[in-house]
Amino acid sequence: MTEAAAPVEASSVKTTARPGGHLVYVLTENPVSIVAIIGFAVIVFAAVFGPIIAPYDPLATNASISLQPPSWSHWFGTDQLGRDVFSRVLAAARLDLMISVAAVTLSFFVGAAIGTSAGYFGGWVDRISGRVIDTIMAFPLFVLAMGIVAAMGNTVENIIYATAIINVPFYARVARAEAAIHRHAGFVQAAKLSGNSDLLILAIHVFPNALPPMAVQASLNMGWAILNAAGLSFIGLGVRPPTPEWGIMVAEGANFIVSGEWWLAIFPGLALMLTVFTFNLLGDALRDIIDPRRRT
Amino acid sequence: MSPAHPPLVSVEDLTVEFSTRDGTVAAVRDVSFSLARGETLGIVGESGSGKSVTSFALMRILDGNGTIAHGELSYSGIDLRRATDRTMREVRGREISMIFQNPRSALNPIRKVGQQIEDVLSEHAVAVGATAKRRAIELLETVRIHDPEQRYHAYPHELSGGMCQRVVIALALACEPKVLIADEPTTGLDVTTQKAIVDMIRDLTVARGLSTILITHDLGLAASYCQRIIVMKTGEVIEQADVADLFASPRQAYTRALIEATPRRTATIRGLLPPDDPRRNETDPKPPQAPTGTPPLLSVEGLTKVFPAATPASWLPWRRKVDGAEGFKAVDGISFTIAPGESVGLVGESGCGKSTTSMMIMRLLDPTEGSITLDGAEISQVPAARFARHPLRGKLQFVFQDATDSLNPRFTAARCIADPLMRLSDLRGSGAIRTRVEELADQVGLPRNLLQRFPHQLSGGQKARVGIARAIALNPTLLILDEPTAALDVSVQAVVLNLLADLRADLGMSYLFVSHDLNVVNLLCERVLVMRAGQIIEEGPTNQVMRAPQMDYTRQLLESSPEPPPSLRTEKVIV
Repeated sequence: MTEAAAPVEASSVKTTARPGGHLVYVLTENPVSIVAIIGFAVIVFAAVFGPIIAPYDPLATNASISLQPPSWSHWFGTDQLGRDVFSRVLAAARLDLMISVAAVTLSFFVGAAIGTSAGYFGGWVDRISGRVIDTIMAFPLFVLAMGIVAAMGNTVENIIYATAIINVPFYARVARAEAAIHRHAGFVQAAKLSGNSDLLILAIHVFPNALPPMAVQASLNMGWAILNAAGLSFIGLGVRPPTPEWGIMVAEGANFIVSGEWWLAIFPGLALMLTVFTFNLLGDALRDIIDPRRRT
Repeated sequence: MSPAHPPLVSVEDLTVEFSTRDGTVAAVRDVSFSLARGETLGIVGESGSGKSVTSFALMRILDGNGTIAHGELSYSGIDLRRATDRTMREVRGREISMIFQNPRSALNPIRKVGQQIEDVLSEHAVAVGATAKRRAIELLETVRIHDPEQRYHAYPHELSGGMCQRVVIALALACEPKVLIADEPTTGLDVTTQKAIVDMIRDLTVARGLSTILITHDLGLAASYCQRIIVMKTGEVIEQADVADLFASPRQAYTRALIEATPRRTATIRGLLPPDDPRRNETDPKPPQAPTGTPPLLSVEGLTKVFPAATPASWLPWRRKVDGAEGFKAVDGISFTIAPGESVGLVGESGCGKSTTSMMIMRLLDPTEGSITLDGAEISQVPAARFARHPLRGKLQFVFQDATDSLNPRFTAARCIADPLMRLSDLRGSGAIRTRVEELADQVGLPRNLLQRFPHQLSGGQKARVGIARAIALNPTLLILDEPTAALDVSVQAVVLNLLADLRADLGMSYLFVSHDLNVVNLLCERVLVMRAGQIIEEGPTNQVMRAPQMDYTRQLLESSPEPPPSLRTEKVIV
């Protein structure tokens, strides 16, 4: 097989020498990743500029125009208090994205720290952290999140903590598997010979090599975290009305579906669905970009 | 190859192209050869020469992005290039069979080896049921597996590497093919196992009238077992000749360089270099000799390592004693010394404890018993986990067998070399470290413009140089080299061995050179230790051990390493 690999190796050297060449290649090979990146750009744009570009104040009520169907002046219609649904959907992007980014970042680093040390040291560290993680996994995760928010209080921070805690096991497992692979690798032994302490080896040799699969996990997890935050708000935990948030908007709009006012629940629901879908596609694109084995 | 018998296999102007994202690359260009009935043909070349691709094309098992661009392939009248997939399925295994490089990955880990042979038999409708089982046991017997009835029920992980390769050969022979293609069948096996396997392939070839293609990077091996040799380089056939002619009068400079670079008993380090290298005519670099009576640099006394038994002792206190079996004694009370500036070879087969020994001296592993004294300081009592900060850490360094694995894939070459300097040297500031890294790169002959590259952008030889530069960065007094050239092509090996000899002469380091290849040890070491089953069974000056080995085991090791016939030029030197 070395024969077959030789020309490939030569070509990858050429490509990586040109910065961004690999990115361009992956995008042209798989147009779906372009869709994912464009979708991601739109979501980030809405999160950053949403409240500024929204045509109406998302909190301003106007009883005279309540429950109007979608029209040119109100693209997504208005709700029972006469608020513009389009403006509220736009404004909610920031809060939902903020919750999920904060939760994923938190679980990413906590999970990486637990997982890499468990995989690298093995023994007792591995056994104890492994059982703790198994215990978390033994709960129905959404119910656990509900319990945490209910016990700790109904705030945005607690939604973040709850979402982070239920996600930690996934990162810890990925990181542990990667660290256990690299633990006996020659470069880790070489780092010991170079006088690196265990902590330094973990931080600058083992962790960076566990990054690619963890980054993919984070991206796939992002959609799930948004869904989780929205789900908590949907059942009345966490974000409270009148704050615009997709989960509450769906929950409130659901009451009006029976009476024919479908636009209240459909549009925030669609926004939620498309966001989760975009993050899942982005995970696949990210895997194509950072997995060295795809560089053929 | 008399005209009366047309060749069994013929390949004409074969060109194989691979489509990569940077366009098509021809891995094999205009290759022609033929194989007569009962003939053994060697295809020799370094990595990237296209020798495996040629055989894959012949079996039509190229990867998805590879195509046969032009050329003709035929096997006893069948046009292999245009044959339908159905015909090819019949040809593979029944007519032409192949033995792959890594026997363990060629076997299904969750099926008994006997069943796997039966699968092949029933696949080609040769035998089923009880007949198939009997046939499978017969085949295991043919490949000289002891107690075939028992081994029929073994899983691949229960067999050694050599045994697995025998099973793979039994699989390949199951349907009585006419042609056997062996693609590096002994890579990763010990020299003695290699000899047993290749001897067996040769005997089977004779007994069954098989035609064999032996693909190898080892000219010595090809010379010992083949009648004709094809030398390939970068996808083209360079030379094609009978073994005797090839070695007596190689027509191409490349072939000559390849022959010269293969370590032999009579070779010198400088003699391995290609003929156009100006250093060839120099005498081998002589390391500075320590005056007699100097205390040894390293002395190892009664070093022992016992690994606990595979099943850990029970956590129940009253069962601990019963379950805590003896464990496995990997190293059994060995003692030796290394003088300052001396180079000592440590030779033995895999599993003899040579790697465990080097890991203990390197202080990556704690010994069970015994003492290790470096420069008068006892270091075996410092736990391995805390040795990273020991003042002697920089004095003891290691060159890994697999250079690729030993370099952090996310570090540039410069960062890899700088790592020990950043942790253990007095150099502070990026400027001082960069200067030292560049100095080291010059010392090991690594072009400075490669320093900013990542390991996957470097060739095998360049990665080996980075590993050596990192190891010598802290001016160690003792360097342990764990088969540093085992994964390299012979021509690269020649250059790296020369580099190691030069570095020792310049820097006055001591080497402990761990290897299974006595010919390589002979080039670099004054003294050799032969290890077997955790003990040193023979030691002495290398040339004496090579000329007149005292132990049967050493003799066996020596006889097993294939020796290419001396080329004309070397003979002239001797005369």
